[in-house]
Amino acid sequence: MTVLVYLVPMALMLGLIGLAAFVWSLKSGQYDDVEGSAIRVLSDDDIEQPDRDEEPVR
Amino acid sequence: MDARMPETLDLSSFVRHGANGTAHMELAVEGVGCAGCIRKIESGLRQLPGVVDARLNFTNRRLAVDWHDQKLAAGEVIEALAHLGYRAQPFALERAEADEARYARQLLICLAVAGFAAMNIMLLSVSVWSGNVTDMTQETRDFFHWLSALIALPAAAYAGQPFFKNAWRAVRVRQLNMDVPISLAVLLALSMSLVETVNHAEHAYFDSAVMLLFFLLCGRYLDHAMRRKTRAFAGNLAALKGETAHRLNASGELVAVPVGALKPDDRILVRPGERVPADGIVMGGTSEIDSSLVTGETAREPIAAGTTIYAGSMNYSGTLTVRVTSAGAGTLIAEVERLLEKAVAVKSRYLRLADRAARLYAPLVHTAAALTAIGWLIAGASVHDAIVTAISVLIITCPCALALAIPAVQVVTSGAMFRANLILNSGDAIERLAEADTIVFDKTGTLTLPEPRVDNAAELDPDMLELAARLALTSHHPLAAAVGREARERLPIEGAIEEPGKGVRAIVDGQEARLGSPDFCAISAALRPSGDEPGTSIIAFSYAGRSILLAVRQKLRSDATAVVRALAARGFEIHILSGDRPAAVAPIATALGITAWRAGLKPADKIAAIEALKAADRSVLMVGDGLNDAPALASANVSLSPISAVDITQTHADAVFLGERLAPVLEAVTIARGGYQLMLQNLWLAAIYNAIAVPIAIAGLVTPLVAAIAMSGSSLIVTLNALRARGKSRTKPVVALEPKVVSI
Repeated sequence: MTVLVYLVPMALMLGLIGLAAFVWSLKSGQYDDVEGSAIRVLSDDDIEQPDRDEEPVR
Repeated sequence: MDARMPETLDLSSFVRHGANGTAHMELAVEGVGCAGCIRKIESGLRQLPGVVDARLNFTNRRLAVDWHDQKLAAGEVIEALAHLGYRAQPFALERAEADEARYARQLLICLAVAGFAAMNIMLLSVSVWSGNVTDMTQETRDFFHWLSALIALPAAAYAGQPFFKNAWRAVRVRQLNMDVPISLAVLLALSMSLVETVNHAEHAYFDSAVMLLFFLLCGRYLDHAMRRKTRAFAGNLAALKGETAHRLNASGELVAVPVGALKPDDRILVRPGERVPADGIVMGGTSEIDSSLVTGETAREPIAAGTTIYAGSMNYSGTLTVRVTSAGAGTLIAEVERLLEKAVAVKSRYLRLADRAARLYAPLVHTAAALTAIGWLIAGASVHDAIVTAISVLIITCPCALALAIPAVQVVTSGAMFRANLILNSGDAIERLAEADTIVFDKTGTLTLPEPRVDNAAELDPDMLELAARLALTSHHPLAAAVGREARERLPIEGAIEEPGKGVRAIVDGQEARLGSPDFCAISAALRPSGDEPGTSIIAFSYAGRSILLAVRQKLRSDATAVVRALAARGFEIHILSGDRPAAVAPIATALGITAWRAGLKPADKIAAIEALKAADRSVLMVGDGLNDAPALASANVSLSPISAVDITQTHADAVFLGERLAPVLEAVTIARGGYQLMLQNLWLAAIYNAIAVPIAIAGLVTPLVAAIAMSGSSLIVTLNALRARGKSRTKPVVALEPKVVSI
């Protein structure tokens, strides 16, 4: 069972990385506008089409 | 009168300047409802020259704009938004709101840490539990316990802070709140587990301690998030009112500024038909003002230079120059503030349901734990075993369910109130609303609409009324505004000429139409109303040889009668306490069937009346809007105010209701009573859980596995029960409600 001595701490480290990622995402303001983010993902604002302003977003 | 010079709005108080010539402004935006709005607003603004960035927060409907200072003025941003079809107003983030946002973020990090720790410790604990009944060696178990300790101790030290701080604050002033037993349970569970780990024991309770923190943080975060949401909404409403004042600069130039930017000793101009934006002293000009929003008095009073006037008064006839003052001694504001201070001090003595439960519960649990230890010692157990059993009593009775019982219901209930157009200012208002058995209404602006209306509209010829209303739209006189509201088509008649102090006239289809005083419209004396009714203004309209008389007065809210009747049917005792004259209050009281009414009351008289009711063991709900009502609102057990109320009154009300109807008052007590029932049910559920769990713990049968199952089970039951408040709010109250429209 000696394998546990490094396997379990490794699992914990992976968990900690996840926790750190969450804290980073929170501090960088990614949870400030949760409703907006859900909608923004549908808009094609990364495609350059300057004349498309009048067209409704589907 | 209508020669309004074009002026630019001075927004400098809302613009923050960055390092390299950039400016930043936050705006509250109205009318954002769909996905397309984000793109439309952001790309629309980015096309303006000089705009660096525009970002709309869809959750709280606020827009942040950055631009180069030289290339663009702040006003142009608002104009551009108006052009895109959105009304926006600059917005200054209040400190309280910024602090709350930081606290919410802190809570969320605590929650994440507790969640991470709980999951990983549970992973280790489940291995230990299954290992204990199979073939786990002692070394492996100790290793797992030490790992658990390594996770649990720092995690609890960090994530437990909100509770430890609160508990310490309470203990320092020799009080007990729910956080005291929570902190005690967590700390004892952790230290006992540590001792057990050192002694190579079979059981450790790290998982229970951290799981307890995780559940409680969930409750606390949800509670906080709900309150922040309503606060952000209220902040937007306040900003979108968009009140502006006309300030006279040193050079005599007129500049429009947001009301929030006014400072003492500024000179402002108040035109007819405008509300006075700030308290001050009249420097020049004469006029009549209607201070019904301030004192409840509906009759207009003449004012001249030297008079003190208050924010919220309506200026009727002449243009006034006013010097802005901060509250001076001897003025109404000073008296109101003095009374407020007293009333608020008295009110803070209210003991919340949760704290009452904690006071009952904490000593009981702690005595039970002590008795358990003594009992086991007498029965001959070792000191170690006796203490372990006593601590397991504390852990199993850990007030998980109890601490969630009330916040969970508060979250769901305030959400239900939000949907009913009610914005709660404080969480414990729900229980106080539920306990109320007497309702005290203010008259002006509360039972009646804040603005005067044409009272006899139904009796008049609709075509004549429509023409009168369209003619009224051309004038800025407050009485004309009341008539203008009757217009079905909001088309002002072209070419109207206003004669100050008399009325307006215009030629319509070759015939002259006149709207104004009966003299102006040449109404013969025989047709005029005989007595001069106080609080009512008669406006005449003549066209093509025909004429009508319009009675403009304060009108009851459309559903006031039905709501008051429904409240009386529920067994509420209903009173009216008004600052207006008896002659104006009597007909309203009769129309509503309220016999207990008093008129002509000063702020101190209102407090005295409420104190008398409280002394007679009534729990008083005060509904009011005037500046004179603010102390009474604070001294009542619980209070509501309409959104049209003056600011100081809104801040002292426990909840603010939106819209033109009185129905939210009825909904408030209905929803609150439902919520209160659920809170009591939850407390009982927690008590039953304890009644079952405590004997098991005293008998020494609680293993960490039993503790984990019992704790999460009871928390789940309590939370699920709280969710029933959602369903309940959908059942319709006695008064049928139309689809709700939030009017600002």
